[in-house]
Amino acid sequence: MYQEVILDHYRNPLHKGLREPFEGEAHHVNPTCGDEVTLRVHLEGEGQDARIADVSYDAMGCSISQASASVMSDLVIGRSVKEAMAVGDEFLALMQSRGRDAEPDEDVLEDAIAFAGVSKYPARIKCALLAWMAWKDATARALGEAT
Amino acid sequence: MPGEIVLTKNATEGINLVAYAMSNAATAGPEAERFRVGPGDEVVVTEMEHHANLVPWQQLCQRTGATLRWFGLTDDGRLDLAELDTLVNERTKVVAVTHQSNVLGTVPPVALIAERAHRVGAVVVVDGAQSVPHQPVDVATLGADFLAFSGHKMLGPTGIGVLWGRHELLEAMPPFITGGSMIEVVRMEGSTFLPPPQRFEAGVPMTAQAVGLGAACDYLSEIGMDRVREHEETLVGYALERLTEIPGVNLVGPGTTEARGGAVSFTVDGIHPHDVGQVLDELGVEVRVGHHCAWPICRRYGIPATTRATFYLYNTLADLDALADGVRQAQKFFGTA
Repeated sequence: MYQEVILDHYRNPLHKGLREPFEGEAHHVNPTCGDEVTLRVHLEGEGQDARIADVSYDAMGCSISQASASVMSDLVIGRSVKEAMAVGDEFLALMQSRGRDAEPDEDVLEDAIAFAGVSKYPARIKCALLAWMAWKDATARALGEAT
Repeated sequence: MPGEIVLTKNATEGINLVAYAMSNAATAGPEAERFRVGPGDEVVVTEMEHHANLVPWQQLCQRTGATLRWFGLTDDGRLDLAELDTLVNERTKVVAVTHQSNVLGTVPPVALIAERAHRVGAVVVVDGAQSVPHQPVDVATLGADFLAFSGHKMLGPTGIGVLWGRHELLEAMPPFITGGSMIEVVRMEGSTFLPPPQRFEAGVPMTAQAVGLGAACDYLSEIGMDRVREHEETLVGYALERLTEIPGVNLVGPGTTEARGGAVSFTVDGIHPHDVGQVLDELGVEVRVGHHCAWPICRRYGIPATTRATFYLYNTLADLDALADGVRQAQKFFGTA
């Protein structure tokens, strides 16, 4: 499960730290283990075509959740919201694959395919998804879609 | 005494039964007077409770306007009893305390706390989920008024637990869940209820689970709970020795076997508890990680979670060697040692 890519991101996380400006912020916790992430999204433009100019975060947790926040932010920054959401859906599908029949698309997921092994461990899937969920939530807030 | 054993779904339901019966006491007859709580009354718990013996009391206070107070913890994982006489006072209606912490392993002096509680007329509710499976428990010596435990932690099935209550208290206590099997007479205008334990066992009972729990009790009794405790004490002593000799391992809980049961929690410098647990899992050593449904303990010690090993009658010293070796391997893997 612990691919070298995951350990690298864990030891040297990318885009970490909370930055300004931002339009949306979300705080997510994993209630079964106490892992937490506060994540900010800075968008340029409107709606689904808006460009993700920055994702910044402060996170506390295991190597999987920390590395996932690093990989996720690096994947989505620079893309449009629409493109990034598609990557997020691909990652979610990988996490729900239970380690079976998973043929993750490396062109889409890049470093995130290193998390394929996590899908075999139900207790750890939430760790890998925590930052992604916080990002989706913060983006919805930034776009004014949050309920 | 017959009629003192109420079958519940688990310890959580047993404790909720008492907490909800106490709020139902507000509208019950005069016999339920001693169970009434309201503004000005106090409920005392401890910082080491499992959520099952904490949240129901928080909720009772929220429903009734009573105040929740609690015993804090010492740095070495014991209950801080310095404020016993002020914390448990004439306003106290309930003292709810665990008989063994599921995280720290600590066995608090329940009898001492119960003595003070009874002197001020409070009801003593004991969470026995971690003690009943692991040591001989005598409710009279303990001074408990109620004691709850679960079948699945003592070789029995899931979906069955026990709430033991002193007969005179169960007799006076209003029901929590109502419906079939617990009534005496039903008319459209109102109903009367059966004596305990039936009053607290509404609906079709979990017969299969009850038989399973009975078999588990017989099995444990045959082995002898004294021997179960003795075996676990040996395991705990060895686990403490093997774990504390590893540089970078920090115990969360008492460092000796005195007044301590078979739950050993620890953290490892530089490695998140989940990562320690994952490495151990891959080596075939099964531990639990997280806050173990007792989140305030982690807050108290300023840690996000712990890795926890627990023991039972089937564990051996070799299992603990595997645990200690596994922790060292995790350190090697994450490059912290």
